[in-house]
Amino acid sequence: MAVHAEHLAHAHSESWIRKYVFSTDHKVIATQYIFTAYFMALLGGLLAALIRYQLGWGDQASPLLERLFPFGAQGGVIKPEFYLAIITIHGTILVFHFQTMMLTGGFGNYLIPLQIGARDMAFPVLNMLSYWVFLASCVVMLLSFLVEGGAAAAGWTVYPPLSVHAAAVAGSGLGQTIWLLSMALLIVATLMGGLNYIVTTLNLRTKGMSLMRLPLSTWGVFFASVIGLVTFPVLLAGAILLLLDRHLGTSFYMPTVYIGGQLVETRGGNPLLWQHLFWYLGHPEVYILAIPALGFIGDIIATFSRKPIFGYRLIIISFVVMTILSCIVWGHHMFTSGLNPYIAMVFSLLTILISVPFGTIILCYAATLWKGKIQFTTPMLFAIGFLSLVVTGGLGGLFLGTASTDLYLHDTAFVVGHFHVIMASSVLFAIFAATYYWFPKIFGRFMSESLGKWHFWLTFIGVYATFVPMHVMGLGGMMRRIYSPHAYQYLQQWVPWERVISIFGLILIGAQLLFVVNFFWSLFKGRRATDPNPWRANTLEWQTSSPPPHLNWGEEQPVVYRGPYEFSRPDTAEDYLPQNTPPVGVEVSGNGVR
Amino acid sequence: MAVSQQQASSRDRRTGFVLGVALWLFTLATLWLFGANLHKMPPPASDFAPQIDAILWVILGISVIGFVGLHLYLGWVALSRPAEVRAIYLPADRPKEWLWVLVPIGLLLVADLTFDHMSNKVWGAFFGKPPANAFEVEVTGQQFAWHVRYPGADGRFGRTNPRLISDENPIGLDLSDPAARDDILLINVMHVPEGRPVMIYLRSRDVLHSFFLPPMRIKMDCVPGYTTRMWFTPQRKGNYEIACAELCGMGHYNMKGLLVVEDEQAVQNWLAQQTPFSKRGQ
Repeated sequence: MAVHAEHLAHAHSESWIRKYVFSTDHKVIATQYIFTAYFMALLGGLLAALIRYQLGWGDQASPLLERLFPFGAQGGVIKPEFYLAIITIHGTILVFHFQTMMLTGGFGNYLIPLQIGARDMAFPVLNMLSYWVFLASCVVMLLSFLVEGGAAAAGWTVYPPLSVHAAAVAGSGLGQTIWLLSMALLIVATLMGGLNYIVTTLNLRTKGMSLMRLPLSTWGVFFASVIGLVTFPVLLAGAILLLLDRHLGTSFYMPTVYIGGQLVETRGGNPLLWQHLFWYLGHPEVYILAIPALGFIGDIIATFSRKPIFGYRLIIISFVVMTILSCIVWGHHMFTSGLNPYIAMVFSLLTILISVPFGTIILCYAATLWKGKIQFTTPMLFAIGFLSLVVTGGLGGLFLGTASTDLYLHDTAFVVGHFHVIMASSVLFAIFAATYYWFPKIFGRFMSESLGKWHFWLTFIGVYATFVPMHVMGLGGMMRRIYSPHAYQYLQQWVPWERVISIFGLILIGAQLLFVVNFFWSLFKGRRATDPNPWRANTLEWQTSSPPPHLNWGEEQPVVYRGPYEFSRPDTAEDYLPQNTPPVGVEVSGNGVR
Repeated sequence: MAVSQQQASSRDRRTGFVLGVALWLFTLATLWLFGANLHKMPPPASDFAPQIDAILWVILGISVIGFVGLHLYLGWVALSRPAEVRAIYLPADRPKEWLWVLVPIGLLLVADLTFDHMSNKVWGAFFGKPPANAFEVEVTGQQFAWHVRYPGADGRFGRTNPRLISDENPIGLDLSDPAARDDILLINVMHVPEGRPVMIYLRSRDVLHSFFLPPMRIKMDCVPGYTTRMWFTPQRKGNYEIACAELCGMGHYNMKGLLVVEDEQAVQNWLAQQTPFSKRGQ
């Protein structure tokens, strides 16, 4: 890049609003994403608390609930339609508005330009628009609780016909329309972001930053963006068709049915079409989350083991295989839907085969730990917790990916436990690890280690104690998405379990207060990160000041000479060797860093 | 950094110790949780149930090996961190060392293909041709009840039409079809014979439902516009609950039916006492 940095810095003397609100600086946008996504996480967590309250003590009236939700909890008891709205919005905002946006829009946005040595994203204005569209999506989604009938209540998968006809369930009135609009906005935001991340990673790498020298975090966000670009538009199309079915009398998804005491005559449609379109994104979505999470964890494990990542190329190959496989396994959500049984067998086999690349990456990370000089910092604890959770969750996936055992386990608490371990918790652990790890870079201050460790222990115990028992209940035949476990005789033995799970679940949610306190306290009062590279890492983001200046680098962009994980080389005095440190004997004319 | 190397390293050792112990305790607790509670599964009551359970046990066995193996290793890593030495240096890519990863993954692949093969056998039987002498029943889901229809003496189900649905005619049975005249229509209760294959045709008149028989280990969605099916051979007499497993609206949690498995003769006697739908109210 030939542009002179001073000149650029001068050009940036802009108003406060252009600098911090409508900024095109990827670091500011990333921070906006991080705050917004964490805010959505808090709301999603509060909804989870209501779910756990209902399943644990739903038969007891609580005056407090009535005061909080005069409509949803008349008489102090959560109404079934309110419960369904809660689970729907809980799932939607935590999967999409929190995890997806945090990993790609938040950390991906922040890290890609810094890790590849670029000054900003390829399309800074698009990047800014992406955030504002996302924010609109969040606002729209939350407004749906205020409309008549309440928020969407057909589950986060919003299967038709339940989600089409207002008489089918209370939330299928205006709330469902708002849900679809919010999702459409979110998809547009994702696409603008994803396009940016791909183009930036491919085209703006600094001198010497070959693809095989990219840190795993950047690779992770790159592959997630590829998957997102391939699959999110399909859901957008599906959502538009659903809107047409709801409001313009088409019948893509609706056969002639009899709902709420009246005949709904259509020209014939197929409810399974939505399931295909939804899961064509819905399943890859798991990998849109898992692959960046794996990437972040890779960076963190290498740094705190002081070792090169074991099998870097093997991991990249596994990412490629996962990216491809993730797009052709969606049918495993539909084994009992009336799907053609032959196709189901193919989906089942492909699904199970994902364990191969997934297992490869986990074993590579495990091997990275071997004989490392491990530093048990808070980010490293969350990273090891992540490894534990992905194995536990991944193995649970074998039960569900196998078609004939899914005949029994589909739509049971086993599924809920499984994806809360593999998706909700492990990805949450990656997000926490990333937050503790990159916080000093982003905000120039450290988060408190002792609060961080308490947060880790309570969260780790809480996650296992909440979600592992759900697997057992699922094996016992407990259905998911039920408002109360009291209706069935054979489920009575699990009622006390629900209560114990609720206690641990509420502890888990409560423990997140430690994080909130730590986050805000550290933001203003945390120990200053005077050293730009406090963890003694090799990747480029650590080779500029904390927080990095506008346009990231001083006068000139860094030049890269080696891979991202050259730790503990026998031929260096220090146990790390940053990517931009010139090899001995190479003349450098000020690469502008440090 | 503010703390000395030595302080940091003794703190790391302490944290590593706690983490290692915690990981091993988690492992034991998880194994205990499963081991001590698997007997709470509904006792298997169909021919498919033990076959599906067998696959569950195979996957569970593989999972225990993977789960325990990884956690033993992680716990060991956490506990045994060498104090002051430098980490060993392994350059990132030495394909020969990949074998440490690829061999266990190869074993995993073999395991995958094994239970996939087991699964395909059961899957093929479940979706394949049911035995010719199957006892046939049809179920139509509605918010929030199961309409159970028997074909009557002629052994044929009469035509239905959603445009005929009303409070009096909940599945829209077309009585102009002679085959419909002797159809028996009941709500939330189904009697089937023990030891004879039972074929259930599944339909829905409004939204998705899923007909779930936990002791039989099977479920199948009821999709409006489709007729899906499931079959199984009940192996144990008794009363079982029918559950709805697909979110179908606010009464979903309470959409419950009763399945009675009894002697063939008892089923025939019970059917003989039922009034065909066409003769109701006469």
